[in-house]
Amino acid sequence: VCVRVCVRVCVCACVCVCACVCVCVCVCVCVCSSVPQPKDDFQEELVIRPLHSGDIYASFQFRTLWETDFMRGNKVSHYRLFPKSLGQVISKFSVRELHISFTQGYWRTMQWGQPFLPSPPGAELWVWFQDSVTDVDGTWKELTNVLSGIFCASLNFIDSTNTVQPSASFKPLGIGNVTDHRFLRYATLPREIVCTENLTPWKKLLPCGSKAGLAVLLKSEKLFHSSFHSQAVHIRPVCQDWQCKTTSWELRQTLNVVFDLHTPGQGKLEWSLFKMFSRTLTEACPLASSSKIYIDITDDPQGEQFEVSPATHLLSQAMVLGDRRTFSVYDLTQQITFGTVRSLNLLIRWKSRDMLRPLLHAERYVAGYGLQTGEIHTLMYNNHPYRSFPVLLLDSVPWYLRLYIHTLTVTSKGKDNKPSYIHYQPSKDRVRPHLLEMLVQLPPNSVTEVTVQFERALLKWTEYTPDPNHGFYVGSSVISSLVPSIVAMDTNSTREQPLFSSFFPCKEESSYFMRVYTEPLLVNLPTPDFSMPYNVICLTCTVVAVGYGSLYNLLTRSFQIEEPSPGLAKRIANIIRKMRGVPPL
Amino acid sequence: MAAPLTLLLLVAVTVRAALYRSSLADLISERVEVVSPLTAWKRVVEGLALLDLGVSPYSGDVFHETPLIIYLFHFLVDYAEITFMLADVITAVALYLSVKDYNKQVFRKQKYALEADRYPLDCLELIRSPKEMQYIPLKVAMFYLLNPFTILSCVAKSTCGLNNAVIALFVLSTIKGNSRTHSSPAEGNSIYPLTLCAAALLYLLQRQYIPVNLRRFSFWWFVAQYAFMYLGSLFVIVGLSFFLLGSWDFLPSVYGFILSVPDLTPNIGLFWYFFAEMFEHFRLFFLCVFQINVFFYTVPLSIKLKEHPVFLIFMQLAVISIFKSYPTVGDIALYMAFLPVWSHLHRFLRNIFLVSCVLLACSALFPVLWHLWIYAGSANSNFYYAITLLFNVAQILLVSDYFYAFLRREHHLSHGLYLKRKDGSEATLVLK
Repeated sequence: VCVRVCVRVCVCACVCVCACVCVCVCVCVCVCSSVPQPKDDFQEELVIRPLHSGDIYASFQFRTLWETDFMRGNKVSHYRLFPKSLGQVISKFSVRELHISFTQGYWRTMQWGQPFLPSPPGAELWVWFQDSVTDVDGTWKELTNVLSGIFCASLNFIDSTNTVQPSASFKPLGIGNVTDHRFLRYATLPREIVCTENLTPWKKLLPCGSKAGLAVLLKSEKLFHSSFHSQAVHIRPVCQDWQCKTTSWELRQTLNVVFDLHTPGQGKLEWSLFKMFSRTLTEACPLASSSKIYIDITDDPQGEQFEVSPATHLLSQAMVLGDRRTFSVYDLTQQITFGTVRSLNLLIRWKSRDMLRPLLHAERYVAGYGLQTGEIHTLMYNNHPYRSFPVLLLDSVPWYLRLYIHTLTVTSKGKDNKPSYIHYQPSKDRVRPHLLEMLVQLPPNSVTEVTVQFERALLKWTEYTPDPNHGFYVGSSVISSLVPSIVAMDTNSTREQPLFSSFFPCKEESSYFMRVYTEPLLVNLPTPDFSMPYNVICLTCTVVAVGYGSLYNLLTRSFQIEEPSPGLAKRIANIIRKMRGVPPL
Repeated sequence: MAAPLTLLLLVAVTVRAALYRSSLADLISERVEVVSPLTAWKRVVEGLALLDLGVSPYSGDVFHETPLIIYLFHFLVDYAEITFMLADVITAVALYLSVKDYNKQVFRKQKYALEADRYPLDCLELIRSPKEMQYIPLKVAMFYLLNPFTILSCVAKSTCGLNNAVIALFVLSTIKGNSRTHSSPAEGNSIYPLTLCAAALLYLLQRQYIPVNLRRFSFWWFVAQYAFMYLGSLFVIVGLSFFLLGSWDFLPSVYGFILSVPDLTPNIGLFWYFFAEMFEHFRLFFLCVFQINVFFYTVPLSIKLKEHPVFLIFMQLAVISIFKSYPTVGDIALYMAFLPVWSHLHRFLRNIFLVSCVLLACSALFPVLWHLWIYAGSANSNFYYAITLLFNVAQILLVSDYFYAFLRREHHLSHGLYLKRKDGSEATLVLK
């Protein structure tokens, strides 16, 4: 009887527990489904542009759009496509826009044309903060440290000695009407090296990671075996529609790489996905709403210069960098793109070559000899045949190269060209760098040369890097301008456009925004002898002691007649006599 | 006396004008021995350019002159060469007049002492005659104007020339005893001439026949008056700078810069390499030690030389030129100009040949080793540093040698020239 009662009690208990669990699950499901989730959308694309020098330029862009608001104070906890680490960074540091790029190599404008997204060598970070931030410098410092952890980069070297607040060159690229430059910070680290450790956390931010979609092509052994490699993250708020009633946050991750024709050692002018990335594509990312590959065939519409296989009939035209370009499109969400072999290996084979001239191009170098003085020369080329346009030149020079602004000269075509706006903030030793921003009008078809003299400082021995004779880096100059375009630009930014043509906002029809970065400079400074601290301290203190000693003698002693001391024999004799008690000699 | 002086001034101005027109002017204005971050003309032009751009010259770290210099050169920038030549001329004339007056007083004091029979009989050859003292002021002016260091400093348009002019005018007003025109020489971008006020005070006390006795009221009353006037003129000048600029920014840029030595540009002094190689932990300690080193010789020297304030001025100027934070050859030229005044001490100088050889050799080696370090890259900073050390040791030996000779002559004047030991043989004199 007892056993039967026990069994019945156990069965009842189990049934009750199961019922409770089912009820709870149902309630949860109902609650969750009744709260609408903010919509998010992910797009990925790859643009391949064959360059006239035979090299090939591949640009990946991954964009996540999320209709949420990080700023209202409501804790966003359900992250789906948007990476949680970046979302937390935005809400914790009240960031309105964040642009960070890591670049290895220098973009050769004369051989390769203009990039879709320019970036300077090394690391570049510029951030617009919200108006609600009270201590921008403190927030900037914490943000750089957090970002250096997220991207495994040494961004903690960003401090007040290499941070500036440009007054005109870096306007917000997203929506927002705040123009108070106290909330903008710009810093570059030209010495920063990019390697696999930076690529891996960058890939982790993607929704599909590197397991599906275009990101499977991002293998570090091929990506870093290239002439130019740049990866960037851009976060900004954008409008969803024409009236801008709803705003959403846009995260763009871009990766630009230029493969050198001559590196693999083959002379054949042909490129394929397998040759570039050592992988082929098998599927699109399942979380992506659009996944496309664009191949630029503008220079060869009839297929005379190069041929692309497998052939596709999908064509698309877009306005990019002031030019209307034609692209062959491969849509990875369609199964027929992969063909019968279930993998896509695009092949581009050349038949002939040509050269091109970009509209705006800049170079920079250091002139002079010796370790005392020098001159920075910046050359800006305007290759437009008849139009002149203004450019904003931003130069941030470290404090140990002391610029003399009275030696600044700007000449175009041999004549003096006075800038219409100069903003100069002199440096303070060990606190902040020089900031020089100028608005220069470039005459058509000309070279404008900007020169400024500087003096090299001797630093304290602890302020040198372990390899002091390598030299010190000076970050790239930034040249921002509105270049006149040959065809009318489309100012409607919310129309359905490929990602690579919708990065910079377009406000006017007759010109497009372009940013050109010059080379970083490597400058040698005079060095003290690092093995000598003790010796120097001893020798200098000896000289001071010689001065002190001679003056002390002359001040405290007086002249007296010297009595000669007796010879050694006499002195010993006197001692013995004293012991005997006899008067001395 | 006016004619030779005028001739000398003409020759000096001609030499400087000739060098201004030659290509050497640009070369000389870049030499680190002649200009320092405090006195460089390039930085004055930079400060004026910053003012034109609407940026305060003191917001950066390139300009370290007082606002009075900005406003002086705002109007005179086109006549800069004439200004610096005029400053040199003013310095030479001020030194000429002050040495002439000082010689008159020395001769008068000597006459009274002779009449009072205070000198022992055998040291009559140490007595100075007016004939030998006649050409000394001209020699002083010549030593200043034709000294290669002064010429280099003027051609480089270093503001050290203006500082020297202010100090020379201070010395002139002290020796003339005209306390109404007595102004603070700390107006220039240097705080070290503050130590000259003790020497000036002693001279004025001597002139007013007030004995230096700490217990007498007249002494303290005079000291109080002098201190009030000195500090008053100092505050007037600082206040004027404030009103010209509109803010106190110039205080850390000028005086804070001199005291804290942040800029380690090589020069002929001892500070730059010492603080380039200093351990961070001890930097503040050694900075205080080195700065105190300049100031603390004032009190002992004043006590020892209270009867001879002009020699005290010479010693102070020398100590400042050797141990200041950013010395240049222009500072050396100023105290070297006084050497003819003590030319009667030549028989007691011990090291003068060695010192002059070392000074000449170092002056020749400075540009050579700088070129080898900075341009040829075959030497390193130790070579230039070694010559700096040697140059400063030579200067210290020169100054202490003159001090020894001066004290020895004073000893002989009171104890006789030919001294004999107890047994009648010739004695030697040592410091004990």
